[in-house]
Amino acid sequence: MKIPQLSLFLENRPGQLGHPCRELANAGINILTLSLADTQQFGILRLIVRDWKRAKEVLEGAGHVVNVTDVVAIEVPDRPGGMAELMEALESASINIEYMYAFNYRRGNDAAVVIRFDDPDAALAILQKAGFKIVSSTEVFDNMAG
Amino acid sequence: MAGVRLAARPVAPHGKLTAFDLENRILSPDECLSRCELEALQLARLRQTVARAYERVPHYRDCLRRHGVGPDDVRSLNDIARLPFTTKDDLRDNYPLGMLAVPRENLARVHGSSGTTGKPTFVAYTRTDLDTWARLCARFLTAGCLRPGHLVHIAFGYGLFTGGFGLHAGVEHVGAAIVPAASGNTPRQVTLLHDLGADVLICTPSYAVNIAEVAAAEGIEPSELPLKFAHFGGEPWTEDMRAQIEQAFGIVAFDNYGLSEIIGPGVSGECVYRCGMHIQEDHFLVECVDPDTLEPVAEGDYGELVFTTLTKEAMPILRYRTRDISRLDRSPCACGRTGVRMSRVVGRTDDMLIIRGVNVFPSQIEEALLRVEGTAPQYLIEVDRPGSLDEVTVRVEIRPQDFSDKMSQMQALRDRIDREIHSVTGVRVTVELVEPLTLERYAGKARRVIDRRVTRLQ
Ligand SMILES: [Zn+2]
Repeated sequence: MKIPQLSLFLENRPGQLGHPCRELANAGINILTLSLADTQQFGILRLIVRDWKRAKEVLEGAGHVVNVTDVVAIEVPDRPGGMAELMEALESASINIEYMYAFNYRRGNDAAVVIRFDDPDAALAILQKAGFKIVSSTEVFDNMAG
Repeated sequence: MAGVRLAARPVAPHGKLTAFDLENRILSPDECLSRCELEALQLARLRQTVARAYERVPHYRDCLRRHGVGPDDVRSLNDIARLPFTTKDDLRDNYPLGMLAVPRENLARVHGSSGTTGKPTFVAYTRTDLDTWARLCARFLTAGCLRPGHLVHIAFGYGLFTGGFGLHAGVEHVGAAIVPAASGNTPRQVTLLHDLGADVLICTPSYAVNIAEVAAAEGIEPSELPLKFAHFGGEPWTEDMRAQIEQAFGIVAFDNYGLSEIIGPGVSGECVYRCGMHIQEDHFLVECVDPDTLEPVAEGDYGELVFTTLTKEAMPILRYRTRDISRLDRSPCACGRTGVRMSRVVGRTDDMLIIRGVNVFPSQIEEALLRVEGTAPQYLIEVDRPGSLDEVTVRVEIRPQDFSDKMSQMQALRDRIDREIHSVTGVRVTVELVEPLTLERYAGKARRVIDRRVTRLQ
């Protein structure tokens, strides 16, 4: 149910973002979705790719610091209030969100978000109980273009 | 500058060392001369040394004449201040062996130091010098628990570098057995340590860290090696690094100091009380001077160590400027040795940075980083003066195990580094985290400082 996400440390200077993308492209690895968090001084690039083990090797081989963390992808009903319901379910269970980003995934009328929880297993249990649809890694990898 | 001051009690038995192993033993009564006896001996030997240098070394004859000093002008130890200094450049100018005080036929050995810049320099020994050297190494090794019957693994280079042959002769003089492993091929070192079961490790502290890492990678817990204690020297290190190595191997680590220009290892070493390294003052006269004014620093203050050899035959050296920053402690030591104790070397005059009036050494930054990260990271200190104030940026390579996908943790790491550097140096710096292997390395040694204030002045 959890999806492995790669994170990369990036120095905040021009060209830093292009390098890892080019390395992955050269290795024929498609980036399914990404998000960048940055400060004035450095950034953290988060990536979801199908073949994350190979992607990690490629990036590390190119000198990057990479770590793998589990994130959870959740379907959000594509209508007003969809997101609010998800947030409320998490808040009422006192589940903390470390960070989140929208996911370029679409099935029927639903969109998805990727969320990094401190305790993904606890979050999964709460969300499933509340009736939210959790996107499995197979669905993520298979339903994506490429 | 705050220094680590150790309590005056012997190392408590820990790791694989018992109270019996840690007994204080003194090899020679000359290590315990009273100040009065010692100074009389030093003066007699200093007069001899100056006379021989004047008579037999053209460089010193010219220098002493220029200073208007003759051998007869040395009447008390204070007259040392009238003698000229010797620098690394003097040795280079007299390349390769222009400072000899004996005919070439009387030499028994030549060693050299690579020098990070420019030509190497050579130093020479007579048979008597080699015997003295072995005895001096044996003294500090004995002070640091070495006994006949121990098996000693020497992982210093055996070659022009003085470490290997110097310690080798010292261990032989003590009567212990040697595994002359020399340096390099770390997996093989681990196998030797494991299979032969040496009690003692002798190498540089950074090589010990390397051995521990390689052992762990090969599936051997360093603490499971039979090693009991170690003597480290050949490069500056920190108290934190000592704690780290001691913990990794489950050993007691002793510090020693020496430099080839003076004799090699054997200039000073720690006793079991580990409150500084006893300088072997019956063979070396030490001064601690301000590197700018060359005047003696106040008692106990940090300054540059200056040594004069008192017994060297082949190459006597007057007032050699070591560029090493340390401080002297003349208080009595519980072990009974009377040699003044020098603190670990906290830096080199070449690296000393004056930041907004405060003396800062790269070793202090390293110490701060060690406290935060646990192992020595790669870093670069950049100093600039864009306006009227010095600004320091410390760029630290992030290591995979410290990287987190959480921004809050990354910022906390940066803040911790920031705080530690401030607490160690007293100076505020800007900390920048950078990607691994992005800081330049020169021939294996990392470059630690870029001072742009210098180029701005030109
Ligand atoms: Zn002592």
